[in-house]
Amino acid sequence: MSAKSGFVPLLRTLSVCSLLFAVAAEAQDDPFAEYREMMGDDNPAIFVIEEGAELWTKPQGPKQASLEQCDLGLGAGVVKGAYAQLPRYFDDTRQVMDLEGRLIHCMVSLQGRDRSDILRKPYSGTGDMGTELEALASYVADQSMGMPIATPQDHPAEKATYAMGKELFFYRAGPYDFSCATCHRQDEKRIRLQNLPNLTAHANAGEAYSSWPAYRISQGLVRTMGWRMQNCAKQQRLPQLLPGSEAVISLITYMSVNGSGTEMAAPGLKR
Amino acid sequence: MLKIKSLLAVAAVSVMVSAYADSGLHSETKAVESVWRESMVAKNHVGLDRLNQTALQKACSNADDNVASNAEREQLRQAATESVVYPTDGKFFGDWQRGEAIAGNGKGMQWSDNPSDPNGGNCYACHQMSPDEVAYGTVGPSLRNYGMRGTSQAMLKYTWAKIWNPQTYMVCSHMPRFGDAGILDQQQIQDLMAYLFDPASPVNRK
Repeated sequence: MSAKSGFVPLLRTLSVCSLLFAVAAEAQDDPFAEYREMMGDDNPAIFVIEEGAELWTKPQGPKQASLEQCDLGLGAGVVKGAYAQLPRYFDDTRQVMDLEGRLIHCMVSLQGRDRSDILRKPYSGTGDMGTELEALASYVADQSMGMPIATPQDHPAEKATYAMGKELFFYRAGPYDFSCATCHRQDEKRIRLQNLPNLTAHANAGEAYSSWPAYRISQGLVRTMGWRMQNCAKQQRLPQLLPGSEAVISLITYMSVNGSGTEMAAPGLKR
Repeated sequence: MLKIKSLLAVAAVSVMVSAYADSGLHSETKAVESVWRESMVAKNHVGLDRLNQTALQKACSNADDNVASNAEREQLRQAATESVVYPTDGKFFGDWQRGEAIAGNGKGMQWSDNPSDPNGGNCYACHQMSPDEVAYGTVGPSLRNYGMRGTSQAMLKYTWAKIWNPQTYMVCSHMPRFGDAGILDQQQIQDLMAYLFDPASPVNRK
């Protein structure tokens, strides 16, 4: 990533390391809750948000254009509150799109960039320092902090997307017979020590949806909603799920509509 | 002439496609599968064929978590019962210590896993077993002191079948078919059986 200075990632690593040591010293039942409490309003994601804000205004691609004219659903260039009202139907593409799909669309249409280039590495690998999509998603999500999830269900395509999301959610496949529902249809369950949100229920769906993108302490990175979906599909033993794809958008819509009204709290802080 | 023939062929195919689409439930199922298919790419050793549903997967893909009719449920249960391969050497038990390692190993069949490594059973993801392992999941029931249930032939066969193909006892069970789907081999299941039943196994420690 060209926009990165060497200093910011270093600072990020240092601050997280020292905090983790401090937390480990008095780890109790939930060391991550304690870590969050200690951090207060601080979140290493702040560096990623700042980087996203810079990328938003930086001319890039063959057209040397910035993303400042990108329409995230509330009009060209309106970022404030846009994330809380996604996914939604867009007239120009005649489809329902989520944040990541829309960002990629804007990079292609405004900046003239190649979609397959962007899709080559949308998410960081272990030890990487972050991708452009992760930074942009963090910046846009932060601009909806505290606002209630208000994913629209007015256009017929938006309703159809929710219905498709529900069907995808219960689709069992692969050698392990897993669906999303295998892990996410019951209350108060966990895998190992990790709590599993019941994504069919309002409170859990809202809590889960409103917390992504999130800074993952264990990975030292911001992970996006699309990454979360891709990783779930991987754990289902299914092939690789593509960012901005119809399945991702539908599943995200199913979750966000189920959690409608919950205040956005992203970028959050997670294990 | 060739042109007319191909036109006829196209027409025949369209009739077939629309007949398929008109059959209600099937068109719905097909649409969901194609959305998955178009949203994914093959990665490493994991191909798009993983999206093909078995009869059981298709029947259990619903919010009710149940099969539509009693007849179909009975048919699926019967097929599951017939799928179970009991130990070919007549031995139900292997080594409980190896079984413990299998129960704690979550690797296997993800595109990020090395397919030449053995798969784990990942029992601890969902079940409580040994009192020494506190990081257990709660999706499945606790298996603490499983050996207390006794080691009658019926109990051993029941447990073997439950691991090989849990659909035998509960159609739409959320547990993977460890034997039937080729996740674990006979030796690994024998080792898990020992982990569950052996009096020396920590699973059965008072």
